[in-house]
Amino acid sequence: MKLVSTALLLLSSLTVFGAGSEATIPLKHVEPDFDDKASLQRGARTYMNYCLGCHSLQYQRYQRTAEDLDIPKELMLEHLIFDQETRIGSLIENSMSESNAKEWFGASPPDLTLYTSLKGTPDYLYTYLKSFYHDPSRPLGVNNLLYENVGMPHALLDLQGLPRKVCKTKLEADGSTQEPCNTEVIVDGRYMLEVDGRGKLSPTEYDQLVYDLTNFLYYVAEPTRNERERLGFFVLLFLAFFFVPAYLLGKEYTKEFH
Amino acid sequence: MITALRNFMGWIDDRLPVTETYEKHMSKYYAPKNLNIWYLFGVLGFVVLINQLLTGIWLTMSYVPTGEAAFASVEYIMRDVDYGWLLRYMHSTGASAFFVVVYLHMFRGLMYGSYQKPRELIWILGMLIYVALMAEGFFGYLLPWGNMSFWGAQVIVSLAGAIPIVGEDLAIWVRGDFNMSGVTLNRFFALHVVLVPLVLLVLVVLHILALHEVGSNNPDGVDVKKHLDAEGRPLDSVPFHPYHTIGHDLSAIVVFLFIFCAVLFFYPDGGGYLIEHPNYEPADPLKTPELIAPVWYYTPFYSMLRAATFPLFGLDAKFWGLVVMAGAIALPFVLPWLDRSPVRSMRYKGRPSKVFLVLFVIAFFILGYLGTVHPTPLKTLIAQVCTGIYFAYFLLMPWYTSVEMTKPVPDRVTTG
Amino acid sequence: MQREKAVSKEGVGIARRKFLIGANLVVGSVGVAGLSVPFVGSWNPSARALAAGAPIKVDVSKLGPGEILGPIPAWRDKPIFVIKRSEEMLEKLNAQNDRLADPSSERLQQPDYAKNETRSIRRDVIVLVGLCTHLSCSPKFRPAVQPESFDPDWVGGFYCPCHGSKFDLAGRVYAGVPAPSNMEVPPHYFESDSVVVIGEDEDTA
Repeated sequence: MKLVSTALLLLSSLTVFGAGSEATIPLKHVEPDFDDKASLQRGARTYMNYCLGCHSLQYQRYQRTAEDLDIPKELMLEHLIFDQETRIGSLIENSMSESNAKEWFGASPPDLTLYTSLKGTPDYLYTYLKSFYHDPSRPLGVNNLLYENVGMPHALLDLQGLPRKVCKTKLEADGSTQEPCNTEVIVDGRYMLEVDGRGKLSPTEYDQLVYDLTNFLYYVAEPTRNERERLGFFVLLFLAFFFVPAYLLGKEYTKEFH
Repeated sequence: MITALRNFMGWIDDRLPVTETYEKHMSKYYAPKNLNIWYLFGVLGFVVLINQLLTGIWLTMSYVPTGEAAFASVEYIMRDVDYGWLLRYMHSTGASAFFVVVYLHMFRGLMYGSYQKPRELIWILGMLIYVALMAEGFFGYLLPWGNMSFWGAQVIVSLAGAIPIVGEDLAIWVRGDFNMSGVTLNRFFALHVVLVPLVLLVLVVLHILALHEVGSNNPDGVDVKKHLDAEGRPLDSVPFHPYHTIGHDLSAIVVFLFIFCAVLFFYPDGGGYLIEHPNYEPADPLKTPELIAPVWYYTPFYSMLRAATFPLFGLDAKFWGLVVMAGAIALPFVLPWLDRSPVRSMRYKGRPSKVFLVLFVIAFFILGYLGTVHPTPLKTLIAQVCTGIYFAYFLLMPWYTSVEMTKPVPDRVTTG
Repeated sequence: MQREKAVSKEGVGIARRKFLIGANLVVGSVGVAGLSVPFVGSWNPSARALAAGAPIKVDVSKLGPGEILGPIPAWRDKPIFVIKRSEEMLEKLNAQNDRLADPSSERLQQPDYAKNETRSIRRDVIVLVGLCTHLSCSPKFRPAVQPESFDPDWVGGFYCPCHGSKFDLAGRVYAGVPAPSNMEVPPHYFESDSVVVIGEDEDTA
């Protein structure tokens, strides 16, 4: 038994070591809300206007998006589908050619249909969009706290403005201040991003916009999520109900030989 | 009406032994009455098998097995096909459920000595089912053609390259290409939907036929055929149908389905364990996922593979990894001849047997966990220790089962 | 023996058991029915098929009298015939009504707005699904008024090469041929003088 407890002890210590640190900064948590159709609609609009140029949603259809988000078909066609040839039933694709993309950004921008699932959480996207900052050393003049040496431009630049990375000196409880920032390493808490005030949106509005966009992409990653959970509820309810006669009948038989 | 039906059945029975078969395997197949909860997983395995066959057939109706279209066709199933998402989740969750059920079923065998004489062949057939199931899962995991599908298969196929002399050529032959490609996907598809399921079905039938020939074991491991009533029926047994089927199995199936559906509907990707996150992007031969971990049901063996870190006898570590992994899968086959104990059930075996079984299970769990994370020197060491325990359980069994003190086995089954 | 215990209490035991068996059968059947829904439902046309089958727009301004547009465009992968009938054709159209199986289009093979003498919204332009109502071959357009091998009194129409069914220039089936009913008129409406939308009615658009 000693061996067993040693093994268990080792196992528990493993989990502590195992806590990964994939991102260099902690992710900001978001709670997606499928019932907030207004948010999803705004997210869809932002996506079509600011993202679709480079990032397709090639597995998702306009029609389904319109139906799920309560967007009337005419409004969808009029305001969210820019290409005349595109029909309501079409997949949400874009016309950027792969070779152009490679030339401009060094890599073709990924399709984002499944992005939040790929990252395992919508938090990543939300944090990423709030982590761009001014960095003249980069070819596009921007960098990202979450994804260093990012190849993507700050697509929402005119909305947010261009944040600057400033050293944060925080007064600790014991009166001491934190060490000055080391420009080599990025650790959250050392830096903060300060908006330059040139964006069209206030920081609160920008947060909302990024939330809406995240909410929208979280929906796109699995449009059946709501249907799944709703159906699941009824299936479980049915099975729980089924258990009663099944168990009672079973007892009828087992009591004969127990 | 009833006479007509009886005549019709008589007509059939004269030409095809339907009634006789039904009686032999259901209504007059006598199974011990002390079977407990551990004896449910065979039936549950059958339920999952049916689920996999049906949903699998339905998925092939919309799936396209080519390198260009496979990934998109899975998303097509998930979005464009009515209830496609449900069929796909039933299949992907079913794959994991299959292994859960099979592992528990195998553990029951270890615990109650179900592999011992005269059930050696049942055990061997069961092990063959397990190996076929691993192959089935492996081929199937490539089909979504996600990046984890790709790299997971890449790693395992490359294993063949560890075999001295012929290895590299063998790996190329298996892939049909110099790297994993649509060619590989296509043949894996054929194996996954035709060949391996056929083999599995045949093995399952043989497994059940062999079981019904010698009869079910029971938690006491006593031979129920020793005490018969006047008509030659075992006193401690009841007909499988309806006493076991409706008596226990029906409600067990409902409970199982409840748990299964809870996962299916509310955690279909199992937090990245059932559907791994990197599989949400298409296969990319130029981009390895940060952590290549197989799905959870292979991770114990994957850990053992990685635990071989040093060359031996002039052969490199990669080769020994393969040997260790193959050995870990092969060893249980000879289990019936490793167990020298005069008793079957853990209830009457000695302390060494119990300790070894507990250690074995713990080691298996730890190995399973280690297979899902990045290796570090400490973790590799732990994996090596656990691999040692795994092998010791089998290799030392002839010794500890023959020297330990066993408890007297009752003549009849205890109340169960 | 315990096994006989149930038999001794026969009355109550058996009734209860029968009831429980019935209850299980009922609930189980509901379960099986529910389970079959995804399997049956997944055979419906997928969103992709529906998108491909969405309404199409056809420009009829370039179509001269007596000319046909078809089998392209296709709607739902079915050939669509768009024909602009000449005045001469229209005059002869109802001359042989006694030879037709359903001259006044009683059978539901067309939307209400096409249930008229010409089976069309506009007198001249008719839209038809170009499939024979017999076994879905695509009939040939034979507009000329001349004796044909299959009909000495031919006044123009469609002839199906598969099994010899005949239709007039309004897609109405002749009596005494294998095809049972008139050719189908799909839902359609005129968006403008030159553009016809095929695949949906005007009010649902």
